[in-house]
Amino acid sequence: MKLSREEVLHIAQLARLGLTETEVDRLSEQLSDILENFEVLQQVDTSDVPPTAQSIPLQNVTKGDEAAASLPQSQILANAPRRDGEFFRVKAVLE
Amino acid sequence: MNFETIIGLEVHAQLLTKSKMFCRCSADYASAPPNTHVCPVCLGMPGVLPTINQQAVEYTIMTALALSCTVPDYTKFDRKNYPYPDLMKGYQISQSDAPFGHRGWLTIETNGEKKRIGIANVHLEEDVAKLIHRISPDGESYSLVDVNRSGVPLMEIVGEPDLRSPEEARQYLMKLRSILRYLGVSTANMEEGSFRCDANISIRPENSSAPLAKVEVKNMNSFKAVYRALEYEAKRQRRIALEGKKLSQETRGWVEEKGITVAQRSKEYAHDYRYFPEPDLPPLVLNREWVKEIGSKLPELPEARRDRFVAEYNLPPYDANLLTSSKAMADYFEACLKTGVPHSLSSAKRAKMVSNWLSGEFSRLLNATNTEIDNSKVSPEQLCLLLDLVHKASISGTSAKLMFKEMFNSGKLADDIIAQQGLSQISDTGVIEREVMAAIRNNAQAVTDYKAGKRQSLKFLVGQVMRATRGRANPRLVNELLEEKLEEG
Repeated sequence: MKLSREEVLHIAQLARLGLTETEVDRLSEQLSDILENFEVLQQVDTSDVPPTAQSIPLQNVTKGDEAAASLPQSQILANAPRRDGEFFRVKAVLE
Repeated sequence: MNFETIIGLEVHAQLLTKSKMFCRCSADYASAPPNTHVCPVCLGMPGVLPTINQQAVEYTIMTALALSCTVPDYTKFDRKNYPYPDLMKGYQISQSDAPFGHRGWLTIETNGEKKRIGIANVHLEEDVAKLIHRISPDGESYSLVDVNRSGVPLMEIVGEPDLRSPEEARQYLMKLRSILRYLGVSTANMEEGSFRCDANISIRPENSSAPLAKVEVKNMNSFKAVYRALEYEAKRQRRIALEGKKLSQETRGWVEEKGITVAQRSKEYAHDYRYFPEPDLPPLVLNREWVKEIGSKLPELPEARRDRFVAEYNLPPYDANLLTSSKAMADYFEACLKTGVPHSLSSAKRAKMVSNWLSGEFSRLLNATNTEIDNSKVSPEQLCLLLDLVHKASISGTSAKLMFKEMFNSGKLADDIIAQQGLSQISDTGVIEREVMAAIRNNAQAVTDYKAGKRQSLKFLVGQVMRATRGRANPRLVNELLEEKLEEG
């Protein structure tokens, strides 16, 4: 299965990645290779195996509803690429 | 050509938990400074591990059961991917194909007829950060991000497109809000944003099975806004269809100030959420016994309480409906009856008297001052003392209303106000006689009219006496004395 140029650009857009022309070509091949590997996996007969989303046999892991201290505001904002007073500042979002 | 309106509502309600959905930050962020209820989980920092809030799960199951949904044996969370700065992680933890409840209903009543509205599903997700849009002095627009709200448990209730008018939509929303408040799972306050509603609305030509384009309406921040926006949309869609134009399937925003909906700028591409099971959260297997136990502990819901009020207190269904539509009002009503005051009344008469006051003067003042009844300064005991005074005819109806207003505004006790303002009823015939004579002296024309057979004039004269005594004279005595004096004179 070969991924088209448009499909690669669409995936890049969803991930908010800007790609150069060379990268589009390279990723088109690499992503196609990955999908081909899954096609190999798909040959295994799984009709008797129930679907799962987990690889570890855990279920019902929950916490009680108790509040604890949050981090200080200064620490929360410390990594902000752009800060404005008590807020993170980001580019305008168009609805 | 005639059209039928088809409406389906999606409601988001914040759950009343102490902590957030997947971390231990406090979920009570309303008055907190920006970005102070935040931790690495809220920020989606690499390596963090979210954990499911047990209380949020329980509240969601309670709601699902109260809405007659089927609660499955197995449920899980999924990642809903979309790039937007109100999502710190680049995805929202939500549920796609295994919600906590599905295929339920609630009952609304319009024009005295009951109608069942389907609930497609009830699922649980996390709220997103708050964005504040700004424009800098040089014209650059930007947004400020406050992450406090991000991660607060958010329950979504997806209604079936069973509603046929804006009024039915309003009834549905009020019923849903009432149920959530009875359950105590949410404050369900639209103005404060803990109860939000998006609507899907389309119209269907009378002889067709297929509705025309489905329009999603957003930005409605009150019950009134929902009603007005849907009224507007139903009209707009009919107008376009009748002009022979094609309706487009789109998202429109309600603009409150102008009273219209406008098309929202469409995203560059259609939503591509790429849901997949949340790898950080193991699935939940819902133990049947536990679900049953939650179901058995559900509080009495509005309909059951209304029916009980009719049966237990002999209230007319109309009164019972009004009282039970708000849990706080129904609680207040029952607290009043518990006092047993006025004692000399039968319990049915007492119930009706309390009901009349609650839906009359009390509701009027609550609405006028935008107060919730559980925040009112008048306690049930004080209200009943006042009703006792009215019942014993110690004060007139007019005085009682004035007194209630004073109690409502100042929180003063009924007895104190009587002592201070001398509002108690005048039954002293000497005092009343003096005022009656004055009224006869000062209103010669009315007296002549009365003697000429105009009964209306008596009422006028009674009014004069009541005015002179600031409503305190016993109306029965005033009437008697006036007739007596007029006959004599």
